[in-house]
Amino acid sequence: MLVYTAKRLLLAILVSLTVSALVFSLLYLSGDPATALAGERANEADIQAIKAAYGFDQPVYVQYFKWLGGAVQGEFGQSVYFRMPVIDLIVERLPVTMMLGVSAMIFALVLAIPLGVLAAMYQNSLIDRAALLLAVVGQAMPSFWFALMLIVVFAYWVPILPASGSDSWEHFVLPTIVLGYYATPAFMRLTRTGLLDVLSSDYVRTARAKGLSPAMVLFKHALRNAIIPVVSLAAVQFGFMLTGSIIIETVFALHGAGFLAWESISRSDFPTVQAVLLLFSWFYIILTFLADLLNAWLNPRIRVA
Amino acid sequence: MTTTLSVENLRVSIPLSAGVLHAVRGISFEVARGETLCLVGESGCGKSLTSLALMNLLPSRAKREADRISFDGADLLKLGERGMAKVRGNTMAMIFQEPMTSLNPAYTIGNQLEEGIRLHKNVSAKEARERAIYLLEKVGITAAASRLGQYPHQLSGGLRQRVMIAMALMCGPDLLICDEPTTALDVTIQAQILHLIKDLQREFDMAVILITHDLGVVARVADRVAVMYAGEIIESGVVGEIFSRPTHPYTQGLMNCIPVPGKTRQGERLGTIPGIVPSMIGEMTGCAFANRCAYAQDICLQPLTTHDIVPGHAVRCARAEEVLALTAGSNQAGTIQSGSPA
Ligand SMILES: Nc1ncnc2c1ncn2[C@@H]1O[C@H](COP(=O)(O)OP(=O)(O)OP(=O)(O)O)[C@@H](O)[C@H]1O
Ligand SMILES: [Mg+2]
Repeated sequence: MLVYTAKRLLLAILVSLTVSALVFSLLYLSGDPATALAGERANEADIQAIKAAYGFDQPVYVQYFKWLGGAVQGEFGQSVYFRMPVIDLIVERLPVTMMLGVSAMIFALVLAIPLGVLAAMYQNSLIDRAALLLAVVGQAMPSFWFALMLIVVFAYWVPILPASGSDSWEHFVLPTIVLGYYATPAFMRLTRTGLLDVLSSDYVRTARAKGLSPAMVLFKHALRNAIIPVVSLAAVQFGFMLTGSIIIETVFALHGAGFLAWESISRSDFPTVQAVLLLFSWFYIILTFLADLLNAWLNPRIRVA
Repeated sequence: MTTTLSVENLRVSIPLSAGVLHAVRGISFEVARGETLCLVGESGCGKSLTSLALMNLLPSRAKREADRISFDGADLLKLGERGMAKVRGNTMAMIFQEPMTSLNPAYTIGNQLEEGIRLHKNVSAKEARERAIYLLEKVGITAAASRLGQYPHQLSGGLRQRVMIAMALMCGPDLLICDEPTTALDVTIQAQILHLIKDLQREFDMAVILITHDLGVVARVADRVAVMYAGEIIESGVVGEIFSRPTHPYTQGLMNCIPVPGKTRQGERLGTIPGIVPSMIGEMTGCAFANRCAYAQDICLQPLTTHDIVPGHAVRCARAEEVLALTAGSNQAGTIQSGSPA
């Protein structure tokens, strides 16, 4: 297990570095950042001044290492728009996004796993078909459209929930449903197929041959093995959810890091965009790493690898 | 000898898109305490479905019917799922054909050994653990106590099958069903496992049903033999009778397929049975083997019954006596000694 953990950790660090280089190079993707920052009426002297101020006059690799060195210490420079340290902005906004992500994940799992289990146990029954329908609809429906529908229904027709803002838990209900529902079908289908697979396996037959009750067979012997791929998917989905939060937070005007990213992109606030992207990616990498460890714990066969 | 299990007219059918597959078609047999019954037959003749039917562990779409399945004095057909769960793994245990996949990869050997006995018998965790260690040693696993913490993937196929045997014995069953316990293992391990099963049977005085397609295995371990063909038992009797006087043309064909030390010359061709097994979908009248049988006549297509040619040696062949007379004296495998493991 120790060797396995070390290997995974090394891989995670390598991926983090690669991603950081990509995020950094985004800065130059849209042309010269100093010119963009200086604005349309700036003269050559202004641009030179900005270059010196932001260090754009140094070689790219020096800039990158300086930036990365700052990043690992939580130092992302000043926000061009807000005129305050980027890190303070993020610390202020991140809890909202995390709150949204975690509640959406819980919503998705709590909905998807029991449905997947039922669909597998009563294969081809009404409940299986209903679950399939839910999955198809969920996959086909654009999340922003679903968000707007929910706002129309629950904020205007039956005004029981707020349509925008992030002041109370009620503000999180609709965004959680939209973001979570988006991830539900994949979890549900994976639980269903995984469980069907496992239920017809030889070791489940062994468990039944021991005289274990159907509940013991399902929860002890079947579900644990069926859930392994779901754990991996949960990490990936959480990453998608962070990305999704950019749209959802914007639609619901939820003041999280996703909304911040969207605002900053439209304001050419490079340091902020870079910081949010980098943190989102690193967060995603850490999650994948933790999912690997959890998987190894669930599935002893992986541990030796 | 007290009869442990007695089965009358067991049928297993599976509805398929092409029609109903009658995989087991009315078989009857008995096993007594301390006795080994070998069910032998080629692949697909319904051996595994028969054993799963006894445990009531058939695939969900398969249907089981029988006139009676009496086990330890109770009629299994009348037990509900709950009652059956009390029998499974407790008084009737089973070892499967696939040792590599029959253990749950997520739990330790100890966990899987102990859960059954904790459920069926009123024992403490410590007693269950001691029983597990005792049985692991019995099945020839060294350093038993430390094995309890190991996971299935850390064990070889032979060891896993030994663990499966130990697991089946945890509650001290009256009947042990072994479905081709050695087919997936290599030859040297096969012999060891068979020996082990035979020894344990004597020690624990169990009834054993051993399923195999290997007549060599039958010769080593069986007390009685039932030969299956296309879902029916076509011949049964004590092992000495079957080997010295195989009567059904199919049994004779099977005997021709095994080499006999001292009789089969180097390079001599072994027999094969020409033709193919008939489809088991739909109804079948007459003898299932008729299309491959050298002795088949019109009478073989009439409905037929199983009858004794001598007491305790039953054959399902309309021309059994004639076949026996025709083949007398040319019995190839008659020298195989019965009963004792080699
Ligand atoms: N779940 C199932 N669905 C459909 N057909 C099945 C199923 N299980 C078994 N059968 C069919 O029933 C017949 C008997 O199968 P069974 O597994 O009992 O054979 P077997 O004698 O154990 O063979 P083997 O020696 O290969 O293990 C075969 O023709 C098989 O194809
Ligand atoms: Mg089989």
